[in-house]
Amino acid sequence: MKPPTSLKTSVLFPLNKDKILLLGLRVLAGLSVISLLFILFYLSKEAIPVFKNIESIKFFTDKSWHPLSGEYLLLPMIVGSLLIMAGAMLFSIPLGIFAAILSQFYAPAWFANVMQRLVEILSGIPSVIYGFMGIIVIVPLLARFEAPGTSVLAGVLVLSFIVLPNIVLISRNALSQVDAIHIDNAMSLGLSRYAIIRHVILPQAKSGLFTGIVLQSGRAIGETLAVLMVCGNVVQIPGSIFDPVRTLTSNIALEMAYAMDDHRSALFLSGLLLMGVVLIIILVAEKISPRENTV
Amino acid sequence: MNILPTNNNAADTLLKIASWISGLFILLFFGYLLFDITINGISRIDLGFFHNTPVNAGRQGGIFPMLISTLWILALCLCIALPIGLATAIYLAEYTNEKQTLTRFIRRSLNIIAGVPSIVMGLFGYAFFVIALQLGFSILSGALTLAFMVLPLLIRSIEDSLRAIPQSYRLNAHALGLSQWRIIFQILLPIASQGILLAVILSIGRAMAETAALLYTSGYVMRTPDSMMDSGRSLSVHIFDLSMNVPGGEQSAYASALVLIVLLLMINIFTAFISQIIVNKSIR
Repeated sequence: MKPPTSLKTSVLFPLNKDKILLLGLRVLAGLSVISLLFILFYLSKEAIPVFKNIESIKFFTDKSWHPLSGEYLLLPMIVGSLLIMAGAMLFSIPLGIFAAILSQFYAPAWFANVMQRLVEILSGIPSVIYGFMGIIVIVPLLARFEAPGTSVLAGVLVLSFIVLPNIVLISRNALSQVDAIHIDNAMSLGLSRYAIIRHVILPQAKSGLFTGIVLQSGRAIGETLAVLMVCGNVVQIPGSIFDPVRTLTSNIALEMAYAMDDHRSALFLSGLLLMGVVLIIILVAEKISPRENTV
Repeated sequence: MNILPTNNNAADTLLKIASWISGLFILLFFGYLLFDITINGISRIDLGFFHNTPVNAGRQGGIFPMLISTLWILALCLCIALPIGLATAIYLAEYTNEKQTLTRFIRRSLNIIAGVPSIVMGLFGYAFFVIALQLGFSILSGALTLAFMVLPLLIRSIEDSLRAIPQSYRLNAHALGLSQWRIIFQILLPIASQGILLAVILSIGRAMAETAALLYTSGYVMRTPDSMMDSGRSLSVHIFDLSMNVPGGEQSAYASALVLIVLLLMINIFTAFISQIIVNKSIR
């Protein structure tokens, strides 16, 4: 709401406390726009030198990723990132939505409450802890079937567990925001419980569900250390789900410590690439969002 | 919950079974995870674990330096993020509508910043704070980077608590001829104070869980930091290092993970407590 300004204050005291306050607030609020520009600027500034020395096609056509000897094949890492994200979403979306349906419609209240609390706690647990549990539990388990255990599948599983709590929270939230009037109407029409959930509630909650899930996929592709801990980090396009793989994010985390010159620029370039993917995901989420804003 | 009719048919039963399987799977899996960390972590924890320095790359000894670094990073991060977050939230909630260009820019920027992967934020922090501003690998660099990361959450939560204040308060205050300055600082902020506290605590939780952004900003030196220009290893980075680079560090990793989870749990309970107070107040 725009505060009413009296003629007296605006004419006689053009620079009163309120105006200074507004100016200060505006400047500080503008910082968030400026900081985004800074982020983009500094990432680009460090990434651009790579284009001077290397043709960009080389990121897709080189023989391998050996930056020290001038081989800059980024493709396996891009494939790895997408593969693990897709796998994790495929695994966690149905599980998360079913669990949300359970606590919203089927489970007794106490059970739903316990689950809600647990999932809230879990969504705050750092991903390194999931990664650590992945090393301790999942990798040895997979190694029994096929060595070495650190693999695409391990990454998919760990990443699923990282995003799962959020997907449950988002889905439950979306389901609970369906207008009660639609449910009442459906009930008075004598529809069965399944029919109400499937044909009244889910279609209503759809855009909320999609927005949340799309944003989570952005989080999934940006996840770094947990994936790095369990994926084996061999640069290759995996032939099976038991092969090790390296993601774009792990590549940055692993090599930034010693990368120089073009190698370093290439890492910043992959950072920009990730940023681009996330940007697209956010734009898509904004398009399908039921509300004005999404964070 | 349980508002729907319970007339059964095949499809309903099927959905019921599928959802129970998913729910129980989640409950069991995550229950196991918390149980496993607690059981394995607790045996390694004693009082010395909290006030000793790590020995032998962290296999023995405690986590004192990591606790101090984590505290430093969190405190600095909040000192930086809170003024900016408060100002932005006040601006968004009290001065603008969604049609203004600046507002739209701010919102879009915040949405994007919220989505930046933490390792990419780490890259930025490295290029900007560590190299360009010559802060080096330091707690200050890490805190600045983290401040960027928590800002969207902080602003969103503070703005929500400001928007929850009934419009009549503002109208009455204006009718009394109070200046905007006094309305904000003596009426709105005090009323929203619990909501702001909630926002701060949520942000602390988010910042404490962050790891990848800190690797190349605050670094991973295990020494107790003397000042904010020293490099310091946060608890989460410590867990990462123990489980990746230190063979035989599992026990310490378990224990550190337990400490971190308990800290986050305390934050969780505290937030639940505060939001309950806010809910009670708004009902009354």
